[in-house]
Amino acid sequence: MTDKLEVELTHSEEKPQENFQIRIHRFFGRYPPIVIIAALWLLFMIFVAVFATLISPYDFTSIDLRTRLQAPVWMEGGDWNHLFGTDDLGRDVLSRLIFSIRMSLLIAFLGTVIGAILGTALGFLAAHFRGWVDDVVMAGIDFQASLPFFIISLTLLAFFGNNLVLFIGLMGIYGWERYARITRGLTLSAITHGYAIAVNTLGATPIRVYLRHILPNISSALIVNMTLNFPGTVILESSLSFLGIGVQPPLTSLGNMLGFGRDYLTTAWWITVFPGVAIFLATLSMSILGDWVRDRLDPTLM
Amino acid sequence: MSIRFFIRKIFRALLTICLIVTFIFVALRLSGDSALLIFGPDADSESLEILREAWGLNKPIWQQYVIYISNVFHGDLGKSYLDGRDAVEVVAERIPKTLSLMWVTAAVTLLIGIPAGIQSALHHNTKRDRVTMTLAVMGLSIPNFFLGVLLILLFSVTWRVLPSAGSDSWKHYIMPVITMATAEAAVFARFTRSAMLEILNQPYIRTAIAKGVPWKKVVREHALPNAAIPIVTIAGFFIGSLIVGGVITENVFAWPGVGRLLVTAVANRDLAVVQVTILLIAVSMVTANLIVDIAYGWLDPRVRDLRSEEL
Repeated sequence: MTDKLEVELTHSEEKPQENFQIRIHRFFGRYPPIVIIAALWLLFMIFVAVFATLISPYDFTSIDLRTRLQAPVWMEGGDWNHLFGTDDLGRDVLSRLIFSIRMSLLIAFLGTVIGAILGTALGFLAAHFRGWVDDVVMAGIDFQASLPFFIISLTLLAFFGNNLVLFIGLMGIYGWERYARITRGLTLSAITHGYAIAVNTLGATPIRVYLRHILPNISSALIVNMTLNFPGTVILESSLSFLGIGVQPPLTSLGNMLGFGRDYLTTAWWITVFPGVAIFLATLSMSILGDWVRDRLDPTLM
Repeated sequence: MSIRFFIRKIFRALLTICLIVTFIFVALRLSGDSALLIFGPDADSESLEILREAWGLNKPIWQQYVIYISNVFHGDLGKSYLDGRDAVEVVAERIPKTLSLMWVTAAVTLLIGIPAGIQSALHHNTKRDRVTMTLAVMGLSIPNFFLGVLLILLFSVTWRVLPSAGSDSWKHYIMPVITMATAEAAVFARFTRSAMLEILNQPYIRTAIAKGVPWKKVVREHALPNAAIPIVTIAGFFIGSLIVGGVITENVFAWPGVGRLLVTAVANRDLAVVQVTILLIAVSMVTANLIVDIAYGWLDPRVRDLRSEEL
């Protein structure tokens, strides 16, 4: 009697443990640790960007010439007042880094969203109207593919001078052609599918057919493209800012910080290295996540 | 290969170049009064008038456009505001330096990227594959300007073994080439790997293995030639990213090429030089894409037929 009970007890004790192990195994099979780390890091950066004003120890523009080019805390000459040291004007590098992350993420986010909406809308228009509308959109795609967007934005910024609205608008135009191409191609094939024809015959307006019925069906390809587009936008923004043609002082972005810090490479490497590492980790995590999302949602895309 | 395919491709290329010329013209004219730009807001109206007259800025816009187009096709693209020399000349003398950097980078990229991708695909899902792909993702993610600055910090500032600026000896090439080739090689490795994996899954590879062809021969004679076809398609993209990478890298390493000239011209709003540079980039990219398209159609007849139907 007691034996039997014991057997049952051990049995019931072992079972959940086994389940737990299997579950852990399955969990990590589905979400590899590297993907989780990348996601956590991105969440952390978003957290920093959102609460920048609360976290940053100093105002990112406040100048203190008495503590110019002070080293980070773990090096000789550093102290706890400035964890990551100070720059050539005595501004706190950590605070500037936090606000740069905010600016760069904001621009990349807005750019990605604008590009996705613009490209998808143009793709739908091309697929719906065909004819000359299609020709115009395709010519635009050809044009975009014939010149690297970096060069186009460099030219436009040269001609029109720089302001933040134009700059964010440019980041939004970046990559529109890939959304347009994907949307156009997938919509052309979706229109011929039963469900689109059925909804259409039932009397739904074209806008309803596209937004409520076709868009959900092609969204996985678009989401994959968004995750692949985002790191590109971050790098485009920071490259232009690095060359002094993007975000202008007194505003600051990661590329802008790196560009200005370059002049102090021999005396104060920390001004350049921290923002550089921040860009690298942001694009790296986004690429890892993007690859993972692509493999899960749409293995046929490269 | 049909003649229509050729003509269509060439027509499209010409159309794109016309579009780009128009784009530059519109951007130029929308950007404000060039006369004011040059002399500044406090210039007296007389000298402004003279300049407008000299550059035809007071004519109707369509006349300006026609004159502009004819000038472009005559090779007359204005003078540099900075030193008054022909803008074409200013740009042309920078081309050799840029090209020499690009050739070396392209060679290094292909020599590293393609073998790495092939190795990865042949050892799919092994440790070697994973290490290569991890390196590739990292290479893709590191912005080239940061990589360049890091290299300077290590090799020029800390260890003092390589020069950080200039282009005089072979030592000057090392860091710029690493800076540019890292991301490019990563792209090629990833692309080659996926192209190769797709080929290795094809029935004809299974057939070749089944009928007893040695593995090395399968790879060399059945898989590689077929995997080469999709790799050709990214050649156009490769040239574009070499140009962009060149602009940034030349600025990091003070390399006296076209890219550095472009950024200086943009900063000084030397618009004549900017437009010559843009046209140069556009024409070379359109030509490259045209060659790629034709080569692709020649290598793979299926694509040619598919594309002419689609167009």
